[in-house]
Amino acid sequence: MNTTTNPPRPPAPDAAGRTPVLAARDLVKSYGRVEALRGADFELFPGEVLAVIGDNGAGKSTLIKCLSGAAVPDSGTLLLDGAPADFRTPAQAKAAGIETVYQTLAVTPALDIASNLYLGREIRRKGPLGTLLRMLDTAAMRKQAEEHIKRLGIATLQDITQPVETLSGGQRQAVAVARAAAFGSKVVILDEPTAALGVRESGQVAELIKRLRDHGMPIVLISHDMPVVFELADRIHVQRLGRRAAVISPATHSMEDAVAIMTGARTA
Amino acid sequence: MRARAGGPADPVPGGSAADPGPAGAARFGNPVQSLLHSYPSLGPFAVLVLACVVFDLFNSRFLGMANLSIMLQQVAVVGLLALGQTVIILTAGIDLSVGAAMILAQMVMAGLAVTNGCPVVLALAVGLLVALLTGLVNGFLVTRFHVPPFIGTLGTLGVFTAVGLKYANGQTLSPKPGSFLLWTGKIVTLGSFHITVGVLMMIALYLIVGYALGRTAWGKHVYAVGDEPEAARLTGINTARLLLSVYLVAGLVYGVAAWVQIGRVGDASTDISSTLNLDSITAVVIGGVSLFGGRGMVLGTLFGALIVQVFQNGLALAGVQDLYQQLAEGLLVIAAVSLDRWIRKVRS
Ligand SMILES: Nc1ncnc2c1ncn2[C@@H]1O[C@H](COP(=O)(O)OP(=O)(O)OP(=O)(O)O)[C@@H](O)[C@H]1O
Ligand SMILES: [Mg+2]
Repeated sequence: MNTTTNPPRPPAPDAAGRTPVLAARDLVKSYGRVEALRGADFELFPGEVLAVIGDNGAGKSTLIKCLSGAAVPDSGTLLLDGAPADFRTPAQAKAAGIETVYQTLAVTPALDIASNLYLGREIRRKGPLGTLLRMLDTAAMRKQAEEHIKRLGIATLQDITQPVETLSGGQRQAVAVARAAAFGSKVVILDEPTAALGVRESGQVAELIKRLRDHGMPIVLISHDMPVVFELADRIHVQRLGRRAAVISPATHSMEDAVAIMTGARTA
Repeated sequence: MRARAGGPADPVPGGSAADPGPAGAARFGNPVQSLLHSYPSLGPFAVLVLACVVFDLFNSRFLGMANLSIMLQQVAVVGLLALGQTVIILTAGIDLSVGAAMILAQMVMAGLAVTNGCPVVLALAVGLLVALLTGLVNGFLVTRFHVPPFIGTLGTLGVFTAVGLKYANGQTLSPKPGSFLLWTGKIVTLGSFHITVGVLMMIALYLIVGYALGRTAWGKHVYAVGDEPEAARLTGINTARLLLSVYLVAGLVYGVAAWVQIGRVGDASTDISSTLNLDSITAVVIGGVSLFGGRGMVLGTLFGALIVQVFQNGLALAGVQDLYQQLAEGLLVIAAVSLDRWIRKVRS
């Protein structure tokens, strides 16, 4: 087993002395007899785009589920800004400002785009209508959803009142990405956000990631698309057999290096 | 505003007239399919109108004020049970214990008031609490013990029935004339229309639940959990708590149904039609609410309950045998479910 390349225990500050925004130490997670994570470490530094790559089944999605409260690790620790955090539900991670696009696309087909964006964070009417009768401010949510989508430059979503089930796979993905990008205040995690997208839409998501990064938003990007990873990432976390095999930089490593580490052909 | 009638974006029942048109119209190849997809209550509404017209042709008394009044009075109890059932079915659940829960609640109400001489308001409150408790039990089975709703409520159907029988001990309990327990049976005259307080209560509860489903975050979450529970969970919705709240709401509605039932019959016994459970589900399904969850509205359920009532009443007035009423009801259910499957195909 390849454990020699593990860096020192987090939350080790990086060369510039920064504390990771989000870090994990020794995460273990089993599903029945399958060990999805076997002591995985993770660090995301302020303002960076961290790509996570690895073979199918390497534990990438499980790792980010543990970071976003969608799964609770069997053991290990999470650190938010260096302080221990314990996310037992997605709501807790969201409350901490962590927004996630899941690989399985957590959208609700029966609801329209605006309702999906605001699901779980609905806006109520002002005054007694909202406080007493808990009435939703549908108009405000639609207006703001439209503004978010325009601001994010997601051209493929035209009619905000369209039910998500009438959208194409790529458009649904755009809804999930828009939601994460619009509401992530601390970290945005994207698990294969371009998997169902055409060339043009993939390009739009890449642009969106760049724009978020330019605003200083730390981003975790899981992708099998090596050219995209090498274009966008500041650092690359290579996941292998439930562990972090290495962290490499596009500046010092080639795509061939990355693939070799991913498959265990060599170490970093 | 531009609301999509299929979902929680809907206005409260009766408010859809203000909508300019379906947002998703013409998005699918077949315009009828698309229309029904956007407005799931449209189908049952058309059936209701058609049935009324046809039955009136056979018997001109059918659409008379007197007969309409009677039909409304008769629909109140099943209508309320179907309302609670709707909220549960919207979460892709089902409640087979609904009739037993109502009977138990009404026996407690009448038992405390008649046998134990409790103040009626207290008896009523305890009865409503018992109904709430039945919802709590069902909700716990589904959320804590992860029992499928069909099985869990099949179990509680037996339990609630047995407890009700034991408590009632074979008696028929008649509240004193003028008792507040009978208030739901009081006739309210609106012009030549004679309905009961119970009917008004039913309408009020439909408005309240319709509002909660269509206009509040809770309602959105009901649809979301019914549609894709895992997506709802990942979005941050506490699905277990939401489901529990749904069973509690249903329980409370069944409690009101129990009160309406006492007022309507004038007494309380366990000897009520055993078809109440299925009647409520029939109304929901005919009303265009999908058994797969996440689709439908209470307005449709009201139409569904009325359709069942109209068929029973109309066929009886036309002198048709009982068995044909059952046949008609069965065919309607099959047609409604087939239609739902067809409408749902637009998703894929
Ligand atoms: N809910 C689950 N139940 C059972 N096994 C699971 C579950 N989720 C993940 N696994 C298993 O855990 C392992 C890691 O899965 P994970 O989804 O994290 O991989 P991944 O790196 O994201 O792969 P991919 O590139 O295919 O998305 C796999 O063997 C998978 O079968
Ligand atoms: Mg994955």
